[in-house]
Formats: sequence, structure tokens, C-alpha cells
Amino acid sequence: MTTNNTEKPLTQNMRPDGSFLDLRAYEQAGGYHAIRKVLNGGMEPKAVTDEVKDANLRGRGGAGFQTGLKWSFVPLGKDAPNPTYLVVNADEMEPGTFKDRLLLERDPHQLIEGVIVAGFAIEADIAYIFLRGEYTLAAERLSRAIAEAYERHYLGKNILGSGYSLELYLHLSGGRYICGDETGLLNALEGKRANPRSKPPFPPVVGLFGKPTVVNNVETLSCVPHIINKGAAWFRGLGRTKDAGTKLFGASGRVKRPGLWELPMGTTVREILEEHAGGMRDGLKFRGLLPGGASTDFIVEEHLDTPMDFTEVAKVGSRMGTGTMIVLDDQTCPVGMTWNLTHFFAQESCGFCTPCWSGLGWAERILKSMEDGSGQPGDLDKLAHQAKMWNPGNTFCALAPGAAEPLESALKYFRADFERHITEHRCPWR
Amino acid sequence: MATVYVDNQTYQMNPDENLLHGCLSHGFKLPYFCWHPALGSVGACRQCAVKQFKDEHDVHGRIVMSCMTPAAEGTRISIADPEAAAFRAGVIEGLMLNHPHDCPVCDEGGECHLQDMTVMAGHDYRRYEFDKRTFRNQNLGPLVNHEMNRCIQCYRCVRYYRDYAGGDDLNAFASRDTVFFGRHEDGVLENEFSGNLVEICPTGVFTDKTLKRHYARKWDQQFAPSVCTHCALGCNTDAGERYGTLRRIVNRYNHEVNGYFLCDRGRFGYEFVNSEHRFRHPVLEGRPTSVALAQRHLREKIANGTVIGIGSPRASLEANFALRTLVGPDRFYSGMADDEARLVGRMLEILRRGPVRTPMLREIEECDAVFILGEDVTNVAPRIALALRQSVRQQPMEIAKRLKIPLWMDHGVRDALQGAKGLLYIATPYATRLDDVATATFHAAPDDLARLGFAVAHALDSRAPSLEDFPLAGEIARALKAAKKPLVISGTSCASEAVIQAAANVAMAVKAALSFTAPECNTVGATLLGGNPLSDAFRAIRDGHADTVIILENDLYRRAPDSEVDSFLKAAAHVIVLDHLANPTTEKAELVLPAGTFAESDGTFVSSEGRAQRYFQVFVPQNDVSASWRWLKPDHWHDLDDVLAAMSEALPELAAVRNAAPPAAFRIAGAKIPRSPQRESGRTAMLANINVSEPKPPDDPDSPLSFSMEGTPDQPPAALIPFFWSPGWNSIQATNTYQKEVGGPLRGGDAGVRIFEPARANGQSYFSVIPPAFEPRDGEWLLVPMYHIFGSDELSLSAPGIAELAAKPHVAVNTGDLTEGAEVEVSCAGGTFRLPVRIRPDLPPGVAGLSAGLPPLVGITLPAWGKIARPK
Repeated sequence: MTTNNTEKPLTQNMRPDGSFLDLRAYEQAGGYHAIRKVLNGGMEPKAVTDEVKDANLRGRGGAGFQTGLKWSFVPLGKDAPNPTYLVVNADEMEPGTFKDRLLLERDPHQLIEGVIVAGFAIEADIAYIFLRGEYTLAAERLSRAIAEAYERHYLGKNILGSGYSLELYLHLSGGRYICGDETGLLNALEGKRANPRSKPPFPPVVGLFGKPTVVNNVETLSCVPHIINKGAAWFRGLGRTKDAGTKLFGASGRVKRPGLWELPMGTTVREILEEHAGGMRDGLKFRGLLPGGASTDFIVEEHLDTPMDFTEVAKVGSRMGTGTMIVLDDQTCPVGMTWNLTHFFAQESCGFCTPCWSGLGWAERILKSMEDGSGQPGDLDKLAHQAKMWNPGNTFCALAPGAAEPLESALKYFRADFERHITEHRCPWR
Repeated sequence: MATVYVDNQTYQMNPDENLLHGCLSHGFKLPYFCWHPALGSVGACRQCAVKQFKDEHDVHGRIVMSCMTPAAEGTRISIADPEAAAFRAGVIEGLMLNHPHDCPVCDEGGECHLQDMTVMAGHDYRRYEFDKRTFRNQNLGPLVNHEMNRCIQCYRCVRYYRDYAGGDDLNAFASRDTVFFGRHEDGVLENEFSGNLVEICPTGVFTDKTLKRHYARKWDQQFAPSVCTHCALGCNTDAGERYGTLRRIVNRYNHEVNGYFLCDRGRFGYEFVNSEHRFRHPVLEGRPTSVALAQRHLREKIANGTVIGIGSPRASLEANFALRTLVGPDRFYSGMADDEARLVGRMLEILRRGPVRTPMLREIEECDAVFILGEDVTNVAPRIALALRQSVRQQPMEIAKRLKIPLWMDHGVRDALQGAKGLLYIATPYATRLDDVATATFHAAPDDLARLGFAVAHALDSRAPSLEDFPLAGEIARALKAAKKPLVISGTSCASEAVIQAAANVAMAVKAALSFTAPECNTVGATLLGGNPLSDAFRAIRDGHADTVIILENDLYRRAPDSEVDSFLKAAAHVIVLDHLANPTTEKAELVLPAGTFAESDGTFVSSEGRAQRYFQVFVPQNDVSASWRWLKPDHWHDLDDVLAAMSEALPELAAVRNAAPPAAFRIAGAKIPRSPQRESGRTAMLANINVSEPKPPDDPDSPLSFSMEGTPDQPPAALIPFFWSPGWNSIQATNTYQKEVGGPLRGGDAGVRIFEPARANGQSYFSVIPPAFEPRDGEWLLVPMYHIFGSDELSLSAPGIAELAAKPHVAVNTGDLTEGAEVEVSCAGGTFRLPVRIRPDLPPGVAGLSAGLPPLVGITLPAWGKIARPK
């Protein structure tokens, strides 16, 4: 199904001056209609989940798991363990990614409404927003929005007289990338080391404080009120490909207009890069890009017509991830960029499983030595070997597999540049 | 059992376990680090990777961690798969990046799991060429050494220390390849089971600091299977010696008793064996003398005098029996204070008559509701406290079972349980270390503790003597009644017969297991052997019915007030003492015979469980030290088996003691069991300064063990395991290879023999004497003993590491006009003592705690009324 819709449900109400929609403004724009439909309209929790399932909403944090399906794993009814938690993953720390920040800073009530609807669907008693610690403006605005929502009885006991109650708390992260991992986040919320947890058990069964928990991304939950208001079919129709909805796409790097745009799911990489980001800055040539954050594989010129969605990007050996691309130009050293990314991952490894903590540190040092001119023959084999050690399943969580993606793809597409570093004993870009 | 395919061969594995467990149980050499049979799986190190295949048609498979994958029916895996093998090699390479390779100067070298796994996983060439990360090490106190540069981040230490042992002052700090495992600052590790880190750590981060002071490689030590002498639980140990110095104690796995773990007193208390206060030669009237003269003197005194003998609860059954035989049963006296002997006798009567049974230590871990009456378990019977920290997880385990989380999936289970605790009720005179995991605690004077017990029993069974409503009693009764495996723990600590009887009533009322603690390593054995009350010995000398006393391994000043012992020893014409360390009693002796400690003699202790366990001589001392029973034995007894045979005949109810270990004639394919590992190096040169010919190894007539590296290469029966070592497994992790199933019983059965079981299902009726409620007195305090794991035990106080940590004698009160640290005079029947005050708000009003077993607070009968006054 292709559509050329221009609807931008997520960002339609955002103000150009950067201020945020307070409760009044949000309500004036039609906000908090979805919770009335759900809470006062006689919808059963399961019906809400079914609607979201039907809408084919897939997790916007990067993994693309079916949101409705995730909700359906939560035990419901009076025999279900108590309390049930909903946790908003607002720990946006993926390098090059700043999409949730926009939603949090500019339209916090949209998220809160999504939280209430999702909370109702999974019969959550308590919700947490786990917010990246550096997002201070978002924290300020969210706090205000939460207070407003409590005042209007959209949160707290017996919301809108429906009998449904939900407490919502804002929690600021201490600041590690690994807290963005679903279960690392839960440990962090519990006040423990943010090491990811072993699965099974999965969070919908054993989550926060051992209770059923759903962790959803900010953008995912922000979609939910619109699905309720306008229906699953409408949402599915927003996308240009099989994947539904709109998506916040972004571009950073040396493009003409770095930024963030709400576009139909399935918009091509080229369209985002050339039309919305304005193409490369004058005098620079495009070399490649990471489609959705640091933990996705490089794609190059030949892949530019790939539609950005969960399925199509995977076909060319990468992932849509967060949908916010980092663009590499010809005057930036790909080895330096890979070093920078690997350094980040090495730094953020929680230190739990060997291939990750050990291999990332090693790879980081090899890449640094290449940049410093002391790379050696055989280094590329060592890097490739480490990247293989980080295959999914070899490590405990997705951090190291994520780190492998830019490294492996850089070795594939920019191999000659790596080799020049070794043979010339220097970084040719310096 | 589930059928699992490993490299296309079928194996039967326990489906309730993981694949690593199953593979190791079948003897596969599958390397691992973070997994431990007692700690379960977390999937951190990734070392145990194997290839798993969906079915017989799947040729690709995928790499899985065997520790994180259930051994489910029909599972197909390959260990040999090249990709899996390459991955394991990559993991060990990664683990070794920062490792300093300092094996030659590392105490772990030669018994290092990391060395073994490096070889097993096939990593031999170093490709990493950058600087290694380094750490600053910490001073963790006198027992455990810290060398963080060797760390491979397997997380076993913190998982053991925090999750298993309940400690909170060791943690993982920082992240990436620089995780630091240590304390927030330098300082003594607070947990009483910290020494197990030495064995839990797969490499040399945590090592035995006492061993470090007199280091020898594992392969250079001579070992013997031993039994801990520092409390009554009878944990199994292996003791290692070189050049006549006892070097260390390591855990000897016994599935039914201590499992993988010891307490710090047990592990580090051994150094008394090396004390400079040891007697190494006979001492006659203050001067060293020869063995021949000493023996002549002994024979003369026996022949010419009227001799009585005083036994000892810290000497072996054999030593006590030899003395009993020498002086005759009528003239043999118990080495325990009368009150203590009476209490222990009462406990044994309860256990032997029935209906309640005393559990093995292992079974304590499995109990799901526990009621402790009167015992400061951590300080009196420490290993039970560690078992109870596992038992409180039993009932919450139902949560994990309900959620179908495999119980070995450690982090998954912990995420689900969220620290939920089962039922543990602790009623003691003062707060104990276990209170942090207790459901409820009750701190009261012994009589009130007994009353609580009687009330619980009555709430459980209305036929038990009644007592009006008592707070907590109903709750405890309900908890015990609802439990699948209820347990009551009591013992001699309160020195109250009422407490013991109350505990028995509770156990009888709910058919719970009943565990009694006892004060010393052979208290139970000595009690079974019998003997007249100690006070009668004093009387016999005073009244002139005897003029000579032989005292066996016993400092009488710890048994009775100084004045009584003084006059007794003065009144005796001849005082002959057998002991290993100088003490106030040996000072008064005419003749001291140098007795062997557990390391220089063979013998049997009976633990508080009623388990007879043999310990074996570790080395032949190059001096006159000899087992007490050998000093005392009649000429026609030649060896240990003769003693045991005579004892079986004289005391049929102790006949089973012979079965505690195989007799001296036992052989494996005609060969003895070597005490030294096969690699014992330099053995031919050890005495080359004396004679260049290698001397013949000393003979051992008492056991099937040889003082040599020569002997069977096969694994001996459990009671005779001097060290755990198998091809490819040089570290203590070799224990796996001695078990029928990893983490299960040792092959051929675990060591020791339970010598009594409840005689009858309805062995006794309820005890009915309920003491009146405790009434505080004006101007007087009820002094109760307060126990210290480091300090209350006589022998370990002579081990420097333990002595450094030992409590200082003090008196504890909850309030009054006394201030912390102030000096006071405490006077009671036992004397007057000047002591510092500790304020302990947990003590009940009118009750004061007195450090137990710490000189000068010994020989006092407690509880006792006393006065506390400011010094004039």
C-alpha cells in the first residue's frame, strides 16, 4: 500500500517557537479525547490492545517489536499479580538520535495521554517515565504536564470516574546508555546496577520489582492516542509500506539542513537525505550513513532508494533503528568515525559479559592505534573477529551486537580506508 | 531423566538442570567461569558456549550458553562444533586480555581455574598488544588477600558474597573492562564467610592471606582429610602441610554437611597448630624431658597412685576412650562443666528417644519455616547461619516455580523473588546477624524465650502444656504448621534446660526437624562416651579418694571458676596434662605430654548432628608430638583400628563409629591413598641437607593414607579424600569430578556416619515445667553469655588472623546510666571483672551480655545474677 499522505499526527500541534503545549493548548487541539473514548466509552482493555495490534504499531525504540503483541503478554484480571507497571523508555541515548526529545519537550501531554491509554490496556497501576538525565528541559516540562494532568484527574485515583487509577512518576536516569536496554532500565529503576536481565523471564511476566511490566518507547506511546482516535485502519494507511504510521526521521552529519521530520513510514532514505536534509553540504560527497543511530550498519549510495521501515532496511543489511540517520561525508575519516562509535560502545558496556566488555575495549584500542598511525597488518582480522564475537546470542544483550553493526559494515564498505591507515602509518584525513 | 544428544551421542541428563550441569556431570570438559553449582547460572562469562541444533536436520545450529539452556528432552548440542570451539577460544582470549599472567608469583598458580580453563579452551597465543588495565588493591583484613589486576569479571565473588552469604560490603563498581570488585573503601570484610571467596574466585583475586604468610604450592603440600575443630558442626576440611608447618585449610565437599562452604573461623583458625605456644616435647616440672622419661614418669604415677582421668569435648573419641580405659570407667570424668554436661545429655536424650529427628546441615538449607530458640547461630554454629540464608529462599521459590523459571536461572529467579524471604523466627537474648532475614525477632531473657517456645508448642498442639497467650506464638505456630519442612533450632547457648525442652515441645508438636547446637567439636561424642560429673572429680581429689589426675586436652579454667580449679590442682599430688597449647592448666601440671592437634593425629569427632567423622593425621611431626590416645593406650593396642575395636566392644552404642571411614587396611588396587599430589616437587631434596638418599616415607599404621605422593591415582572414598584434583582440573573446582552428579553426593556416598536416629515415633511426652516469667531485679543484672565467632572459641584464638579480629571482652547492657566504652566492675559468682561497657539497645531490660569464652570471662556459669558498678 502506498500513500502520499501529508498527515503528521505526532507533530501537528507543535509550535514553531519551541514552546510546549500545556494542558489547555493540548486539549484545545483535541487532546485527551482518546482517554475519554477508552475510559468512558466502555472499551475493554483487551479491545484497546487489539486496536493497537490491528494498527500494526511497532516499537519506535529501534527493535520494532509489535506493541499490541507486547501488551497482550501481560496477565489481566483480578488474579493477575499486583501491581502492574508501565514504563516509558525516555532514556534516549542512542548517538545521533534526538526524536523522543522533540516529543517530550514540545508535546508532553501527547505522551501522557498515550501512557494512560496503554496503562488502561495492560491494567497498569503505576507508570514511570524513565528520562535521560541530560534532558533537563524535557524533565521540567514533563513535570509540569504531569502535575496538570493530576489536577485535571487524568492521573491518580478513579480517572474521569471510570474506576481506573494510574499513578505516573518521572524518574531521571543517572546516565548510562545501557539504561536504555529494556531490562537494564528496570534494574536501574529498582536502584540496582543497570545490567540487563536474563530472559526468560520477560518483563511482561517478571518486570519491575518482579511484577508484570511493559516498557515502551516515547514515540511508540505518542502514537497510541491517535490510533484510538482515528482507528487502526487510518494508522496503517499512514505508512507507505507494510509498516504502519508516521515516523520521526532525522539526519545529522554534514548535510545542508540537519533536522527531524515526521514522514510516512517507508519514506525512502534518498528522500529524507536529499529533499528534507537538503543533501550534502557544498563541496562534500556522500559516502554512507547509519540509518537509525550508532548501532545500525552503514548503508551506501546503492541503498539510497530503500524505504525506511523495519522490513526494507533489513533487506539491505542494516536496520531502521531509531530512524535518525548519521551521514558520513568524504572529508570525514570513516576509521575515525568507527573509532568514535566503538569508543562509545566500549565506554557504555555494563561490564557483564565477556565478548562485550573485553572485545569492545580491544576493538576501541585497535581503532585508536590506527588513527594514531600505529595500526598493524592483521588488525583488520582482529576487528572482524571481535565483531563476529558480538553476534546476537553470543552476548548477553543487544549492546555488543549493536556495536558490531557499524564496525562490520565499515570494514565492508570502507576497507580500503582502513588499509591505508595501516600502510601509510597515519590517518589520511589528518 | 531427559535424553540429550551431545555430538550425536545420547546422554541422560537431569531435565531440571541446565546443559552445562549435565555435560559436566557426564565428564565433558566444557569450560566455564561464572556458573557455580551453588550459585546457579547467570550467563556472564559466555565461556560454556555450545552449538544447539533444532533437530537432526538442522546443520547450521546456533551458539547458546550451555549454562543458560535447559537440559530438556531431545535437546541436540555439539561441544566439538568448530564454530562453538572457536567462540570459546575467543572468549578465553578476551578474558585473558588484561590478566597479568603473573602465575609464577600468584598464590593461585597450580590450582587456578583460570589456568585450567585457558588450557581447556585452547588459548595459547597472545594477540593483544595494548596496555593492560590496572587497579589499586585493597586491604581486606587479615584473612583475605586482594589482587584485582587478575580479575576476569566473572561476578562470582559478589554473587556469592551478597546473594548467597548475605554480605553487603563487597560490590561491583564501575563498568566496561574496568569493573572493580571490592569494598567502598579498605577494611576488613564484614561477612563471617568471606574466606569462601578464596575458592569461589576462579583466579587469584581473592586468596588466602594466612597461606600467603607461609606459602606453598598446592602440589607441594601434603594433605589429609580433616574435620573442623572450631565448633560442633563438623564441617569437612582438607588440611595442607609442608616442612612441618600447617599451611592452610580448604573446603572438603560433603553434600550432607558443609557443601562447598566453610566459615572464616573454620578456614582460618588452623594456625594454632603452628603456634609458638605449642608443646613439642614432654615437659616435666617445667623442663623439657625425653619421651622415655616422660613415659616412665607416667607409668610410675599410674602404678603408684590413685588416678582419675578428666576427658575433653575437644579431644577425639579415641583419646577420651583411651583415658577412660587407662583409669577405668569409674574414675573417668567428663571434661565439661556439670551444667553443660547435663544440658547436652538432655539434648541427646531428646534426639535419641524420638520422635523428632536432627537434620543434616544440607537439609537445613531445604527447610521452609524455621524457628530459632535461644541461639546466636552465626556466632555459635556459623555454617548453620549460611544454610539458613538459603532456607529463607525456599518458600519464595514457589514464585519462581509458578512462573516456570528454572531454579538454576539465578538472576531470573532473583528478579522474580525480589528478595522475598520465607519464614524465619528468631528468639534470642540479643539481636543476631541473621535478624536481617528474619520474619520476626523476639529478644528476651532465657526464661521468657522458653515461655515463648512452650506457648508455640501449645498453639500447635493443645495437649502440650498450656501457657496463656504469648505475643508471636500464634504466628510462629501457624508458620511452622503450614510449612512442608519445618525446623526448630536450639541448643546450649542460653544454658537453659527450659529453652531446650520448649524447643523439643515445638518440634514434637509439629513434627519438625530439631537441630541442637553444641559448644565444641566433640561435645556430642564426649557426652555419648559418658563420664562422671566434673565436680565429682574435684571432690574425689579434695576428699582424698584420688591423688593423681590425668587431664586430657582440657583447660579446666574454662570449665570452672579459677578458685575451684586452683584448689583442685593444688590438692592433687600429681597433675598430668596432655595438650597441644600452653594454657593455665598446663602451667600447673607436673608433667605435660605434647598432644597432637587434629593435624598430627587421627581420631573421630561426633558432630551436633550425631555424625561420627574421622580426621586423619596430616604430617609426621619432627618432634615428640603424638596423638593423645597413643600416649595413653595400653600396649596391646597397636593402631587406631585397635582403639576403635576396643571402643566398639566396650561401648556397643558407639560401634558405628568404626564405619566413619575405611580401616587402615583399606587399599585401592592394592595401593594406599597418597597424601601428596603426584607433582610434589623437591621431595627428594627436602632432607638432602641431612642425607642425600631420599628417606623412606614414614609408615602410617593408622590409616589407608600414605605420607607420600605414591599410591593410587584413583579417587578415594569420600572420607579419605585428601585433596580434589583430576586431570585437567587442578583447582578446587575438580570437586565436580568427584560427584555422582555435579552438586550432588560424592561418589560412593558422603563422609561420616550418623550414629543415632530417633528410637521411637512416640519416644517421649511433652515437657511440662514452664519457668515463670523473667523478673528484672533492682541493682542486679542477669548476665547471659554473648558469643563471638572470633573470640569465643578457645583454639582459634591462637591463630593470629582470628585473634586480630577477635572481640575484646566486654559487658553489654541496653540502657542504664552507663555510657559506651566506660569501664565497669562486673561481679558474679565467678568473680569480679573489670570490663568496658557496650550499649546494646536490643538487650532486654535487666539482662546484660558477657563475652563468652574470652579470657578472663571463662569458667563462669552463666546465666547468673551479677552486679555492675563503676570502679571505685
